[in-house]
Amino acid sequence: MMKERILAAYDPFVLPFVFGMTFVLAYCLVALVKVLIQLKPADRQKFFLSLITPATIVKNIRDLFCDCLFHVKLWKRNKVLGYMHSSIAFGWFMIILLGHVETVLYIPERLHKLYYPIFFRYFMEVKGETLQGSFFFFLMDFFLLVILSGITIAIIKRFRSRIVGMRRTTKLTLTDRIGLYSLWAIFPLRWIAEGFTAGVAGGSFMTIPINWLLHNFMSKPENFTAAWWAYSIALGTFMTVLPFTRYMHIPAEILLIPMRNAGLPVRHTRKGFALAMLYSCPSCGVCIDACPMGVQKKNVQDATVYMVRNLKRRNPKRSLEIAEKCLMCGKCAALCQVQMDACGLRLAYRTSHEKEHNRIPADFGYLEAVDPLPQLGEQKVLYYAGCMSSLTPVISRSVQQVLKAAGVDYELMDKDGSICCGRPLMLSGRQEEARKLIEKNRQLIEESGARILLVSCAICYRIFKEQYDLIGVEVMHYTEYFNRLIKEGRLHVRNGHQTLVYHDPCDLGRGCGIYDAPRQALRAVGQLVPAAKEREESICCGGSVGSLTLRYEDREPITRGALDNLTANNPEQIVTACPLCLKTFSRFAPVPVADFAEVLAQNLEQA
Amino acid sequence: MIDFGYGLTPSATLKIEKVDNPLFAELHRLEPDVTKCIACGSCTASCSAGVFTEMSLRRVILSLQRGREKETLPMLQHCMLCGKCQLVCPRGINTRHLILSIGKVYKMEDKAL
Repeated sequence: MMKERILAAYDPFVLPFVFGMTFVLAYCLVALVKVLIQLKPADRQKFFLSLITPATIVKNIRDLFCDCLFHVKLWKRNKVLGYMHSSIAFGWFMIILLGHVETVLYIPERLHKLYYPIFFRYFMEVKGETLQGSFFFFLMDFFLLVILSGITIAIIKRFRSRIVGMRRTTKLTLTDRIGLYSLWAIFPLRWIAEGFTAGVAGGSFMTIPINWLLHNFMSKPENFTAAWWAYSIALGTFMTVLPFTRYMHIPAEILLIPMRNAGLPVRHTRKGFALAMLYSCPSCGVCIDACPMGVQKKNVQDATVYMVRNLKRRNPKRSLEIAEKCLMCGKCAALCQVQMDACGLRLAYRTSHEKEHNRIPADFGYLEAVDPLPQLGEQKVLYYAGCMSSLTPVISRSVQQVLKAAGVDYELMDKDGSICCGRPLMLSGRQEEARKLIEKNRQLIEESGARILLVSCAICYRIFKEQYDLIGVEVMHYTEYFNRLIKEGRLHVRNGHQTLVYHDPCDLGRGCGIYDAPRQALRAVGQLVPAAKEREESICCGGSVGSLTLRYEDREPITRGALDNLTANNPEQIVTACPLCLKTFSRFAPVPVADFAEVLAQNLEQA
Repeated sequence: MIDFGYGLTPSATLKIEKVDNPLFAELHRLEPDVTKCIACGSCTASCSAGVFTEMSLRRVILSLQRGREKETLPMLQHCMLCGKCQLVCPRGINTRHLILSIGKVYKMEDKAL
């Protein structure tokens, strides 16, 4: 049976914790209101609506458990780190939960006291053992052990990150360090504090031995309040610095997940949704190892985690440098534990900077004189090769060869010079200007009566999919379309038995999620070998139009790094599905680089 | 001085004192590649906007170096930033950033052309 030992239900040692807890709760409340006020009214409405939509509610609950408590994404990536994070997060959650359950069960009238469930063992004493009581003692000690094991890994990671599989970790700020050390201290101190009182308040396999040790080796073991003070101070310190450290991600993620699931766009660099994102960055540093620019040590400072830090600190000079340098390949975002929209943040920065500083207004009036396309019949495919493809004529030639072999009736959209798709303008922050190109292209396509728009450039494909809203037109990347032709039996290819490695272009793979269609088609014409890292972990070729300031000589190491990754299994040929990747790789590749359509055209079955 | 008839015609004379060097120096600070140009014209030959307009990056760079930016700045209004010039440039000039930087350093006069 449990009985209250301290009848006042108060001791001054709880004050540091109460102060910290009150502060962090108040701070989070203010931040929440701030984020909600900063949202555009339409976005806010969308967010609130999503909170009462059943499908999003389910997704929110699932994500909250999987991401915040169990870190499923991290488990999939790295088991040790996954265990480390979920043991601390889930263990701590369970200790808090069990503390409350015990309070409800044994002394519900104290539940309104913020500190009571946390320091439950101090205030209670045990009178005779019950199965239920021992069960709680065991659970509490079990989760304490789980957390302590996680903390041990965290300490090892801080000093030797390679042991847990991280090449580079984030350089911590001073407040981050204070937060980190107080977090490390919390649970060992709790262990000692509960160990001291385990004799009167009960305990289990973790706390009883400590109690025994302390009582045998200390002259005055009854002076245990010091240990409880230390525990409370550690908690209080952690809570007080929390809003200014990376640990702000703990409360912020609870807001970020429903906002993300509501599908809100990033409209500003540090307001509304973006602010929630900045708060949610745990500074884990996964983005540092992910960044293809990391092949050069000087670029480590340009990883997303430092972008976030500079945005938080309102450092415009560094924020701009990082925002403009990025290749926008999206790999850091794909691997990010909180699914930070790293490219969206950078794009928002570029957009506001362009608007403020560019003094040469765009004038695309000349587009009005562009002749409309000829009227296409129902069956005709409209093929848009794009700007880059005109520098790699092999692509449009091969595409046409394959189309002819499959008996597809097609029309070229840009044989007399193309109007750019608009993505390069968009990536450089000139959103409104890009809109003008998009509108013109959209008008040309829709008026032609085409049903299928075939695109052979990953960059163009992404913007056609994301921004065009073409009515009645199916936009298809040639990898999808040719794979469909092979499956339908309209295109006959033979297997040349060459070993091929496929490079996932950033905009096609991570951008549009097309990974399987090109691979399926390539398996029909050769032997596909894997790259060291592929699919969502594929490495940018280095030629990306996403980067504005990266210089030619700094792109070369990225290209070489990507090539090393591709040639890990000694393929005879590298195959890519983007004219820019083709051109970039061709400069330095140790084995021939071919375009997807070129490989298909070389292996056409002669009728 | 005696005019022997071999001097420059006034229209071909560059008046160095009228060249706004600080602006060009600022541009060079933002994008050092600007001085790398050998005026080969590859950019102009491959230009997407050049199909429809008189856009010529080669001419823009030359005119900036000569301090006669007013003649060519309006051309940049037509640029679609597609980046083909960057791919073909034999000197590896970051042309897209150069064009964006020009827009930040130079101000176009409203009725320049």
